[in-house]
Amino acid sequence: MKQLLKKLSEAYGPSGREEQVGRIIRDELESCVDEIYTDSTGNLYAVKKGTGAKIMVAAHMDEIGVIVTFIEEKGFLRFSNVGGVNPYVLLGQRMIFPNGTIGTVGMEKLEDIKKLTLEKLYIDIGAKDKEEAASKVKIGDVATYYRELGEAGNRFIGKAMDNRAGCAVLIKALQEMSKTDNEIYAVFTAQEEVGLRGSRTASYRLNPDLGLAVDVTLVGDTPEAPTMDVSLGKGPAIKVKDASVICHPKVKEMLEKLADKENIPYQLEVLVAGGTDAGAIHLSRDGVPSGVISIPCRYVHTPGEMVDQDDMLNAVRLLTAFLVQPLNMQEIFPCYLS
Amino acid sequence: MLLKRLTEAYGVSGDEGDIRHILKEELSSSAEEVYTDALGNLFFRKGKGRSAKVMLAAHMDEVGLIVVGFEKSGLLRAHKVGSIDDRVLVSKPVVVGKNKVPGVIGAKAVHLQKPSERKKAIDIDNLYIDLGVRSQDEAEKLVNLGDYVALSTKTREAGENCLIGKAFDDRVGCFLLAELFKEDFALDVTVVFTVQEEIGLRGSGAAAYSVHPDMAIVVEGTSASDVVGTKEAAHATTLGGGPAITLMDASYIAPQKTIDLFVQTAEKLGIPYQFRRSTTSGTDAGKISQTHSGILTGLVSVPCRYIHSPASIVNLDDVQNTLRLLKGVLNVIAEGGISIEAATEKVK
Amino acid sequence: MDIKRFLKDICEAPGVSGYENHVGKVIKAALCQYCDEVRQDKMGNIVFYKKGNGISDRPRILLAAHMDEIGLMVTKIEEGGFLRFTAVGGIDPRTIVGQEVILYGKETLAGVIGAKPPHLTDEEERGKGHKLEDLHIDICLPEERVRKLVAPGDLAIIRRELIELAGNSVAAKALDDRAGIAVLLTCLKELERLQHTADVYAVATVQEEVGVRGAAVATYGIVPDIGIAVDVTHGEMPGVPDHEVSYIGKGPALTLGPNIHPKVGKELVRIAKEYRIPYQLEVTPGATGTDARAIQVTRGGIATGLVSIPLRYMHTSVELLDMDDIKQTGRLLAQFIAAVDRESVEGLSCY
Repeated sequence: MKQLLKKLSEAYGPSGREEQVGRIIRDELESCVDEIYTDSTGNLYAVKKGTGAKIMVAAHMDEIGVIVTFIEEKGFLRFSNVGGVNPYVLLGQRMIFPNGTIGTVGMEKLEDIKKLTLEKLYIDIGAKDKEEAASKVKIGDVATYYRELGEAGNRFIGKAMDNRAGCAVLIKALQEMSKTDNEIYAVFTAQEEVGLRGSRTASYRLNPDLGLAVDVTLVGDTPEAPTMDVSLGKGPAIKVKDASVICHPKVKEMLEKLADKENIPYQLEVLVAGGTDAGAIHLSRDGVPSGVISIPCRYVHTPGEMVDQDDMLNAVRLLTAFLVQPLNMQEIFPCYLS
Repeated sequence: MLLKRLTEAYGVSGDEGDIRHILKEELSSSAEEVYTDALGNLFFRKGKGRSAKVMLAAHMDEVGLIVVGFEKSGLLRAHKVGSIDDRVLVSKPVVVGKNKVPGVIGAKAVHLQKPSERKKAIDIDNLYIDLGVRSQDEAEKLVNLGDYVALSTKTREAGENCLIGKAFDDRVGCFLLAELFKEDFALDVTVVFTVQEEIGLRGSGAAAYSVHPDMAIVVEGTSASDVVGTKEAAHATTLGGGPAITLMDASYIAPQKTIDLFVQTAEKLGIPYQFRRSTTSGTDAGKISQTHSGILTGLVSVPCRYIHSPASIVNLDDVQNTLRLLKGVLNVIAEGGISIEAATEKVK
Repeated sequence: MDIKRFLKDICEAPGVSGYENHVGKVIKAALCQYCDEVRQDKMGNIVFYKKGNGISDRPRILLAAHMDEIGLMVTKIEEGGFLRFTAVGGIDPRTIVGQEVILYGKETLAGVIGAKPPHLTDEEERGKGHKLEDLHIDICLPEERVRKLVAPGDLAIIRRELIELAGNSVAAKALDDRAGIAVLLTCLKELERLQHTADVYAVATVQEEVGVRGAAVATYGIVPDIGIAVDVTHGEMPGVPDHEVSYIGKGPALTLGPNIHPKVGKELVRIAKEYRIPYQLEVTPGATGTDARAIQVTRGGIATGLVSIPLRYMHTSVELLDMDDIKQTGRLLAQFIAAVDRESVEGLSCY
C-alpha cells in the first residue's frame, strides 16, 4: 500500500490535467481488468466485465492546484486557483509544473496578513526575466504542491491524499477481489475538485445500476475540529450525507451490514460542507442509487494531508466485499411502497 | 450593420424574441434546418450528414430588469435579471415590455438625500422605473407585471475602430456566428443561439442535449479590465489584444486540445490572441462540456470593457480577428486537424 | 377523503429529504385510487399516472409537488449523551430553540432542543440569535443508552400536530410542500369528472429542500411536454413590500419570468379567468427556488409552469395557509390539464 500510495500521491495531476496519474493507474491495472480507456473529460475507465449488476465505482484522481494567468516582466508568475486553494496554506510552498519546473510561492509586502488573497501571491521559478520564465512555463500551465510522501507511524503525510488515497484503495480492491458476476466500472474521475465534473459525464456514459464513490472525508478528532463523529484510525466511514448527496438509505444500509458481517471497523459520516462524486452520480439520467466509502483524512487541501494505513486497508476490504457480493437489483430496489 | 442591429435590439434573459427574429431573418436562407425548442433556443443547421458534427453557440440574452410591482404613483418596482452592478443602473433610459414603452431609472435626487445616504451606492430597492405616468392605473395600461425591462443604448462608432453600445455580451458572439454560418465549411454545423445564459447558463445545456455534437465552440463577450488603476496581471483581457482564449473559468477547464487548436491556428494565420487571465464567472462552455457523456468544447471571447453596463466598448479589430480565428479553426476541424473522440480512447 | 384530514396526516408524518418513504406511504394510500398506475423511481419519487382519453400521441403533463421536509440530522454524540446536529435543508436556528423533537434512532425517541441556559450567558450573547452549532438535542437518557440507540446520521423532526385556526386557516410543520401534495390529490379527484386528452404524471418528488434533486431525475424519466411545479410562496407580512409577497386566501400565485414558459404562464391565467378561479401573479427574475428550476432544463428543455400556495412563516413548524387556496389551485390545474391537446403542446417549441 505504501509504495502505491507514494507513487500516486507524488504524481502530478491537477483538475483538467490528470494524464500523468492516469498512466500510473493504467500500469497498475492493465493486467487485472478487461478494458481501460479514457474520455474527453479526462476520466479513466477500468472495466471488469460481467453479466450481473453494473456497478460504477468512482475515485477522483485530480488534486487542487494553481493555474498561471500572467507572467510579469521580472519573471514572476501570477496565478489563480484550481479548486479550493487557501492562500494562507499556499504561502511559502514549493510548487511543481508538469515539466518538472519547480518554484516557491512568495507574497507581496502586506501591512496586514489578514488581507492575504491569491492576488497578493506569485510563484518564483528562479527566472531572471519574463523570457526565461516563459521558456519554462506557459500561461495556462498548472502547478501543484511539490511534496514527498512521509510516514508517521502507521500514518501517511503528503499532498493529494485527497483523493489518491481513494485511488489506491480502488486499485487494491480491483487487484485483490475474487471472481464476481457483477460488471464493475472503476472510474478514476477527473475534475472532481472543480465541481464533480468527471463523474457527471462518466455516470451518464455508463448509466450504472448502482454508484459508489471512494473519497476522503474530514475528521472531528483534532483540536477544536468541526463537530463530527469521524476519527482517524477508526475505520473507513460510510457516508450518510454531505452537501452534494444524501446517500441512498439502502446502499448505506448494505455497506453497514457488510461491514458488520465481515467484522470491518467503520464509522458513520455526516459531513456538513463539501461534496463528492456520488453527488453527480446519483442525479445522472433518471437517478442512480449511490453510496460513499470515505477514508478519514486530516488537513484536507494542504500539502500535509494525513491518512491512516489501517483505514485504507479496511476500506479495501469493505469495497472488495461490496463489489463481489451478488446483487439482484430488483430485490434491492423494489417499489418499497407496494 | 448587423452588429449594430443586434446590440440595439432588446433581449433580456427569458425575453429573447427580438433577437431570434433578427437572426431568423438574417440566416434562414443559408440554413437547411431552422428550429426552436421549448426554452427558446434557436438552431440553424447545414451540412447535415457530414463527418464532424460541430455545434457553435453564442447566447442571445442580455442582463436587464423585470417589473415586479407598481407604486400608487405609477412608478414601477423592478428586480434585476442577471448580474448587474446596482451602481450602473441609476439615471439610465430603458424600455419596458412588448411595446417598448420608454422610461428612465430614477432615484431620490441628491438634494433630498441625507448626507449619510449620499455616500452609499443606490441599490435596486431605492430605484424606480418612471414611465412619466401619474398613477398606478395609467402605468398598468402601458405595462404588465412580469414585463422585461431593457437598458436602451444606441450603438455608435468611437475612437480608433471601437464601438460603444450595450449587450456586446453576447451579441458580438451572435454576430460572429451569423457571419460564420453564411460561409460553408466541410462540416455538419449547427449554430445555436442560446437563451438565459445570464441567469445561470440555463439554455445551453438543453441545446447541447438536443444537438449532441461531436464538438462545440462557444463564442462570448468577456470582460476587458485594462483600465487605469488596475495592475496588468489583473486585466482579465486587453481591449485590442485580439481574441481571448479561455484556459479556465468557474464552470469550465479548457482541454489542452482546444487551447492548442486556437493557439496554433492563430499563430499559423498571424492573428493576435491573448489568454483570458481571470478564472471567475461561468459560461455556456461549462454546461455544454458537461452534457451527455461529455462534449469536447472550446471557448473564445471578444474583449469588452464595462461589460454588463449600458455603455460598453468593443474593438472592431478584435471582432474581425475573432472571426478570422473562428474560420481558421473550423477549417482545421474540417481537415481533421483535431482528434474528436467519438466514444472513448485507449490510454496513450 | 377530506382534504384537511389528509393534509393533517401527511404534515404530521415524517419525511425529511432523502428519507421520504414514511410520508410516501400515506400519500400513496390516498392518491392511488384516483390514478391508473403508481410507481416509485430509483430515487424515491412516487409517480401517480393517470391516463388521458386521447387515442394516440397523448401529450404528457408532469405535476411536481415535493413531499420532503426540512429536518435535523445527528452529527455527533457528545459527552453526557447530548446530540449535536446539522440541518437538512434550510433551517433558521432561532426558530427551533425550545421545540420538542421526535428523533428516529433505533427506536422513536422524544426529545427537546436545548441551548446553554440564559442565566449562564451574558447580556451581549443574549442579544444574538442561537447558531446551529450551539444547540443540542436532549433525549434525557444516559450517554451509554444514547450510544446504543442513536448514531450519526439519525434524523429528527420538530414535533407538531396540525393546528386548526380561524376560518379556513391551518398551521403545521411541512406545509411546504405537503400543501402541494394536497393540491395533487384535489386535482386528480377533479380530473375524475373531466375529459382530458393528456396523460398526467402527478409526482410526489423527493429531496427538493436540498437542491431540487428529485424533480430532476423524475423529469428525465418521464419526459413530459409540460412540467408544472406546485409549491408554496411567501404570504403577506408587515414590513415586507407588497411586490415581494402574495396574499393568503386569494388563490394560487402564478409565477412569471424566465423560469416559466410564456405560453404556459399565459394559459394558466386564461384558465383561471375562464373558470373564475381567484389568482395572483408573482414575478421571479431568474430560476425559481422550486422544482420548476430543475424541470425546465432537463434533457432538451421542458415547457415549465409554477403555481404556488401563499403561506406565512416558511420553514418553521407553524407554517400557515388557507385551505381554500389548496382547493382553488387543484381546480386550476385540473382545468388547465383538460384544455391541453397535441396542437397546443406542439406550439410550445414555436417561438
